[in-house]
Amino acid sequence: MSEIQIDKIGLLVGLEIHQQLATGAKLFCRCRPIESDEYSIKFSRKLRITSSELGEFDPSAIFEKSKEKTILYSRNPESSCLVEQDDEPPHDLDHNAKETVLIMASALKSNIFNEIYVMRKLVIDGSNTSGFQRTMLVSTGGNIEVNGKKVGVQSICLEEDAAKLLQDSKDTREYSLDRLGIPLVEIALDPVSGTPQEIKDIALTLGRMLRATKRVGRGIGSIRQDVNVSIEGGGAVIEVKGVQKLDQLEKVIEYEAKRQHGLKIISEKLRTLKTEKIIVNEDVKNVIDIFKNCKSKIIQKSLAEGSSIKAMKIKGFAGMFGWEPYPGIRLGKQLGELVRFFGLGGLFHSDELPNYGIEELEIQQIIKILDVGSNDAFIIVAGNEKKLDIVIESIIKRIEDAKNGIPAETRAATITGETVFLRPRPGSSRMYPETDIPPVIVSNTEIEQAKSKIPKSWEENLLALQKQYELNQQLSAQVFDSEYLDLFETICKDKKIPPNFVASTLCGTITNLERQGMDSGLLKTSDILEAFSLVIDGKIAKESLEMIFGSIMSGKSKTISEAIRSNALNTIEDTELHKILDELVESSRKIIEEQGLRSMGPLMGLAMKTLRGKVDGQKLNQLLENKIKIKIDKK
Amino acid sequence: MSQFGYKGKGLEFLTSNKIEIGNQVKIHADLIYSGVIMPRYEHSDDHHIVLKLKSGYNIGLELDKIKKIELETTSAIKKEVIRRSSQPNPKLPKILLLSTGGTIASRIDYRTGAVTPALTAAELNASVPELSIIANIDTEVLFSEYSENLLPEHWIKIAEKLDSYSTSEYDGIIVAHGTDTMQYTASALAFSLAGFPKPVALVGSQRSSDRPSSDAALNLIAATRFLIEIHSPGIFVVMHNNSSDDEIACNWATRVRKNHTSRRDAFKTIGGPPAYIVKANSIEKDKMFDIPKREYVPKIKFDSRVLLIKYYPGLDSKVIDYATDSGYRGIIIEGTGLGHVGKTMYAAIEKAKKNGVFIGMTSQCIDGMVRMTVYDSGRDLLNLGVIPLGNMIPETALVKTMWALANSKNSDEMTKLMKESIALEFSD
Repeated sequence: MSEIQIDKIGLLVGLEIHQQLATGAKLFCRCRPIESDEYSIKFSRKLRITSSELGEFDPSAIFEKSKEKTILYSRNPESSCLVEQDDEPPHDLDHNAKETVLIMASALKSNIFNEIYVMRKLVIDGSNTSGFQRTMLVSTGGNIEVNGKKVGVQSICLEEDAAKLLQDSKDTREYSLDRLGIPLVEIALDPVSGTPQEIKDIALTLGRMLRATKRVGRGIGSIRQDVNVSIEGGGAVIEVKGVQKLDQLEKVIEYEAKRQHGLKIISEKLRTLKTEKIIVNEDVKNVIDIFKNCKSKIIQKSLAEGSSIKAMKIKGFAGMFGWEPYPGIRLGKQLGELVRFFGLGGLFHSDELPNYGIEELEIQQIIKILDVGSNDAFIIVAGNEKKLDIVIESIIKRIEDAKNGIPAETRAATITGETVFLRPRPGSSRMYPETDIPPVIVSNTEIEQAKSKIPKSWEENLLALQKQYELNQQLSAQVFDSEYLDLFETICKDKKIPPNFVASTLCGTITNLERQGMDSGLLKTSDILEAFSLVIDGKIAKESLEMIFGSIMSGKSKTISEAIRSNALNTIEDTELHKILDELVESSRKIIEEQGLRSMGPLMGLAMKTLRGKVDGQKLNQLLENKIKIKIDKK
Repeated sequence: MSQFGYKGKGLEFLTSNKIEIGNQVKIHADLIYSGVIMPRYEHSDDHHIVLKLKSGYNIGLELDKIKKIELETTSAIKKEVIRRSSQPNPKLPKILLLSTGGTIASRIDYRTGAVTPALTAAELNASVPELSIIANIDTEVLFSEYSENLLPEHWIKIAEKLDSYSTSEYDGIIVAHGTDTMQYTASALAFSLAGFPKPVALVGSQRSSDRPSSDAALNLIAATRFLIEIHSPGIFVVMHNNSSDDEIACNWATRVRKNHTSRRDAFKTIGGPPAYIVKANSIEKDKMFDIPKREYVPKIKFDSRVLLIKYYPGLDSKVIDYATDSGYRGIIIEGTGLGHVGKTMYAAIEKAKKNGVFIGMTSQCIDGMVRMTVYDSGRDLLNLGVIPLGNMIPETALVKTMWALANSKNSDEMTKLMKESIALEFSD
């Protein structure tokens, strides 16, 4: 095992950004894009594979079809209608979304087509009720300047967002339709060589340009980066989907570079070995009898479910499944990911056995049945009889591909910054014209209008923000880059509350709570607005916001009023306040006599114990100081 | 003159550059684009050409912006490969699938860009391979039309074809049909083939079969199962029972109505549950449903001189006069409530009756019975000779009138036929 030298492997990364637009409507109906958790309408569907207009089938669709799941959908009539239910043809294209994408394309100096065709991109995993995503290529070419360098734009598409996955189990998959159909702009950039940090800068710059239009959604999930990663001599370009945060992006690129280079090293070694093709009828055997009394929990569970168990010999592969050119990068893991996506628990390979409850005796029996030689390896896999043959076919194909390096596939980013197999790479045969919608005409006047609406640059926006709200540069940048810009402007609109405080609460306090492991997803925009208006009205103290937000983000309270109640944060009446402070000054007579005004510190500490969050800190300070002064004067 | 939707400047551009549809080309414009020249929709302008890029996206390029076009290879469009369905299994029941067109068999049409009936029954069978596990399906294309283009002549064609198979080896027959006028065809078959000894399922689809979410496949599979498992003779409309892919309703021909423009479960049995519901593992019969035994005597004739008219406040009675004067022989009124029309209609109705025009009353309420003895206006109409038609669906009444007129010698016989239950068209 060695350290990877990332700058020496010919790493190329192409960014693909998916940004939700905040147009107040879906792309092809006028439903409001709101998130809900109550769904009064439920239905179930099965999707079938269809061919393209050129009569071809898409490989990723064939793969998805092989999983054969029933799809359950939940829908809230406030956020979706029969269009999302695929029980009504799409309505007209949302003109707001059209204008927005034209502005973005103009800002990126991209060449806009005068006639745009809405296409159906076949997606039969259930994330689209129709079995396809509506998408249209709006422009090609153009560039964005990042740190003085120009990065080329490949294409800009306007499309529909997919449904949100609620649950994925063995035979069913459940989605909510809230998000389905929200307009999404997809911007694909040219692949560039550079460090993961440089790639992150590109994503940041592009994200800022999009946000500057003030027509984009904010918050987690509203922007997703896909990255296309390849290395020199590796062959295929790997598409990694679903990077939600920029910090994750760097890690994903690093992991993918390591994985691809690792697989390349494995393929080079494989080519030096004497391996043979796997022959299904000879090298694959049913071995269920061997495992009748196996101690492995996975095997036990499979037996209980009535699954079949098969073993497969791979000639000349001894040691290759467990070999790690880099830590954690091995062929066995790639195969494991593959079978898991067919809904199987995983597989066992000879390099890791005996282990996991599989013992020497069982291994010996397999070696005997399959006639496994010392240079050979074997794999054990358990699952539903019908599915198992399809899975074995895929495993064989993957093992054969291993010699060629990196197979083309689509992978998903994990939260920890790794990537896992998602499906084979889809091709152009998944495109079919959307027959329900005539071509969209873009007039030259519309293009001129879009050009005149190109937003100010990030720097100009920051200056404006700084000037309008008297923020320092750092804080204004934080606000602008955060998901809270619109919220910030709403709260500060009437200037009833210091913008500095609002900005630091939104970008500092909430982030700090997140770092403590709390979930900002639980804190709704309406909660934040409510809390700030309570501060403005003097009903709660500024200082209490951290406790209130913490209470909600940790899941202890569901609403602002609940958080206030459970933390006893209601402001107290002035008479009550005076009474408490008078009592405190009275009981601290001695300290005051001894230390004079210096007693403020300790007394303030005592007062805060009972009054934290109930009184504005400054006000408390002032009152206490007055009372101490009076006491001293009396003396 | 247009070719694949190209006309005028666009066509001239392609011909002068010797480019044909399906050619792989390289186009120099603001950028260089590689792709396949695609057909153009007929209603589009003549100064764009459509290119399918490598990514699969179609785009329209403006002719004025094109500097050069180069031919790369000639034909990139593959003929659709139709997989042969598996070898017939002699142990399985035999089913005939007659195709008449409609969404169930639609694919993109480059004439308009919308979907058009194009898949043949054979293609359909191949695209639903599950069918070959439960039955041996023979296919026959009768015609390929949207159902809004069908005429009573088409009903006759279908009925005659079915009649020719009445004693065949088939266990049942599926008629693939557009959904828009499926209920009319269903009624036409139910009356003209009353007593038909084999089960017939009219199957359509609300979402075209070129989309993964199409309801076509499941409707077809359920219809096949219904035909071979239940053996219930008669004409049924077999479509989704709800929006989910889990229940398919077998609606009796004369009691079914299309009640939604786009939903999968648009077809509803009026005034009761569907006759049968096909579920994943069972087929459930409605307890009340029972087909009367009837000798099969086909009467495949229709007289289309019948008018279906909806009464509304302000309807001009001249419409009825026009029908009478133009030689119409029957009028079905969709009356208000229990079966009424305003007094302003009386004179025209009287005149029509005098001229021997049959006038039947149904209700625009869709659900419920016509009762013309409750109010004066109803009694007035009865006195004028208007025949109340119970809870017959207006569209069914229209078709029945066309059929009864062609199959009766005089108006008494005609009226008798109209009052008699021929094919469960009354459900009281």
